[in-house]
Amino acid sequence: MSAADGPDREVKERAFGFWRRSYAMLVKEFIQLRRDRVSFAMIVMIPVMQLLLFGYAINTTPRHLPTAVLLQEDSDLGRSILKALENTTYFHFTHEVHTVAEFDALLLSGKVLFGVEIPRGFERAVRRGDRPALLVAADATDPVAAGSALGALGQVMQTALQHDLFVGDPATLPFEIRAHARYNPAGSSRLNIVPGLVGTILTMTMLIFTALSVTREIERGTMENLLSMPITPVEVMLGKIVPYVLVGFIQATLIIGIGVLLFGVPVQGSLLLLALLSTLFITTNLSIGYTFSTIVQNQLQAMQLSMMFFLPSILLSGFMFPFAGMPVWAQYLGEGLPLTHYVRIVRAIMLKGATLENLRYDALALAVLMLLAMTIAVTRFRRTLD
Amino acid sequence: MTEATVAASDIAIEVKGLTKSFSGREVVHDLSMQVKRGTIYGFLGPNGSGKTTTIRMLCGLLTPDSGSGTCLGFDILREADKIKRRVGYMTQRFSLYQDLSVRENLEFVARLYGVRDPRKAARNMIARLGLNGREEQLAGELSGGWKQRLALGACTLPNPQLLLLDEPTAGVDPKARRDFWNEIHALAAQGLTVLVSTHYMDEAERCHEIAYIAYGHLLAHGTVEQVIAASSLATWTVTGAGLNELATDLTGKPGVDMVAPFGTSLHVSGRDHAALESTVASYRDRPGQHWQHGAPSLEDVFIDLMTRAKDNFQ
Repeated sequence: MSAADGPDREVKERAFGFWRRSYAMLVKEFIQLRRDRVSFAMIVMIPVMQLLLFGYAINTTPRHLPTAVLLQEDSDLGRSILKALENTTYFHFTHEVHTVAEFDALLLSGKVLFGVEIPRGFERAVRRGDRPALLVAADATDPVAAGSALGALGQVMQTALQHDLFVGDPATLPFEIRAHARYNPAGSSRLNIVPGLVGTILTMTMLIFTALSVTREIERGTMENLLSMPITPVEVMLGKIVPYVLVGFIQATLIIGIGVLLFGVPVQGSLLLLALLSTLFITTNLSIGYTFSTIVQNQLQAMQLSMMFFLPSILLSGFMFPFAGMPVWAQYLGEGLPLTHYVRIVRAIMLKGATLENLRYDALALAVLMLLAMTIAVTRFRRTLD
Repeated sequence: MTEATVAASDIAIEVKGLTKSFSGREVVHDLSMQVKRGTIYGFLGPNGSGKTTTIRMLCGLLTPDSGSGTCLGFDILREADKIKRRVGYMTQRFSLYQDLSVRENLEFVARLYGVRDPRKAARNMIARLGLNGREEQLAGELSGGWKQRLALGACTLPNPQLLLLDEPTAGVDPKARRDFWNEIHALAAQGLTVLVSTHYMDEAERCHEIAYIAYGHLLAHGTVEQVIAASSLATWTVTGAGLNELATDLTGKPGVDMVAPFGTSLHVSGRDHAALESTVASYRDRPGQHWQHGAPSLEDVFIDLMTRAKDNFQ
């Protein structure tokens, strides 16, 4: 490949021309990238933010899980047992109830993951040597969250109680621990994943549908015409959201149908309630996507913003990792994501047979998020070209 | 150059002192104008002179930094919604939906304005535009001339009282341009007011009244005759041989403000009649060239206005 003339020159020029043209293209791309400030910022923001966020927030062996106590009697032994349970660091007593109904409602609504029942006459039965049963009920819709705590239960309790208990042989407990994995006794992860997937898939598709809708009008030049006509921001928004509610509804039906038929996931609760709340969830996501669309300047930014919203939705919503295992700040973040509420709703309806009464907090949260997004979108929507 | 006071109901557009800046650059400066109902008002000026910005301020797409006025009797600052319902705006760039068919675009507009029977209105408009047989064609697949016809159809469909047309004939062939202007005259005959911006001088001469804007300043307005008369420009038309040399020779001579070749003739113009006369006198008797005293063309007047505006405002 030495310097050449004659026929070689043309070959060399062709090769050189290749690099020169590639270089011209490269320089142009760099200039354009630099001009798009938002995209440029996202190059740094996305990896750093996401890494810090998820690095600190995700915990696959969660501790301090919210637990309810059903106290049928108030005894020293009962209190020692509760103390021992809390000392395991797996359980954190957040609610104390006195009726079975309250106890069940807490588990059903997902406010607690565990429930411990100290039955009436428990201490006396222990003293008599009757080996009474101590009920530990777990919400097993998330087998990861429930599994490690339940698995460690027997062993940990024995060690912890050795010092406190005045009764004999350390090898056996004077009572029986009856662990009850509710809603998903087999601990099948499929039962947990499939309902969650309904929400995840809907989040992704719905967000993209509307995130591009306003920027597309601007980039194609149709916005100027649209703005010159007598239409209000609310009307534009409704017109852009409603068709996709139908699309989302068809998608949801498809996913849930496959989940039931192919993966054998039950629908314990009301199908109508599931359809209603799914529609609410779909609309909430469409509103958020539409809001993004009114904030960004071009379609690339719209996609980037959607991704920035989508990743935390998957990781912080309780879909992939136990919600209760995350630090408190991450849980607050998670409460701001529609998927968090929908994952709870869809699992509760499909696996636990929950009613609207049990889910009113999450349903309300979805509605609030939807209205918030719509309000931002309508105020952000520019009615002029200024 | 003030007009006699006209009854308010006869005025379609009346604005005073419109000013608009974009990031510190003043695009429209203290612009005042009046357009009578039922007239075709031509808006002329070079690229970037503020024509589009002015039109956008008139229909509420841009908010003026200062100034006030009415459009069809409604305040342009506070009643943009009412104006939008009565105004058809045709953007410079084709801005209908390229992925909708001709019929679907027209039906969309008809529904948006609450036209009673959108399907029928669209069908009638298609027939009127001569787009029969193309109603299912996607708007993006139409040729430039047809796109322009469709855009005009879309903005006249809701029966507006005022049409704002922003360079509607840019890039359209002469036949299509002529048809377009015939259509505009037909609409004006029905009582519609039309404000149309253009670069073409022949189009300016088809307007009832014109206004010339450069560097954001409105420099002249009135009928074509009034604008030419107000220019106080004297023009000589030279025909014959050796015009190129003559042009070079004359440029910069006292009294000569402008020398412009027009095909086989040369236009020599100046504002100082006496100075021009004496300069011309020494050239007039050259053999092979014929000098004729003539009226300046509209183009002469505009080029002169633009050159002077450049000296004053740039």
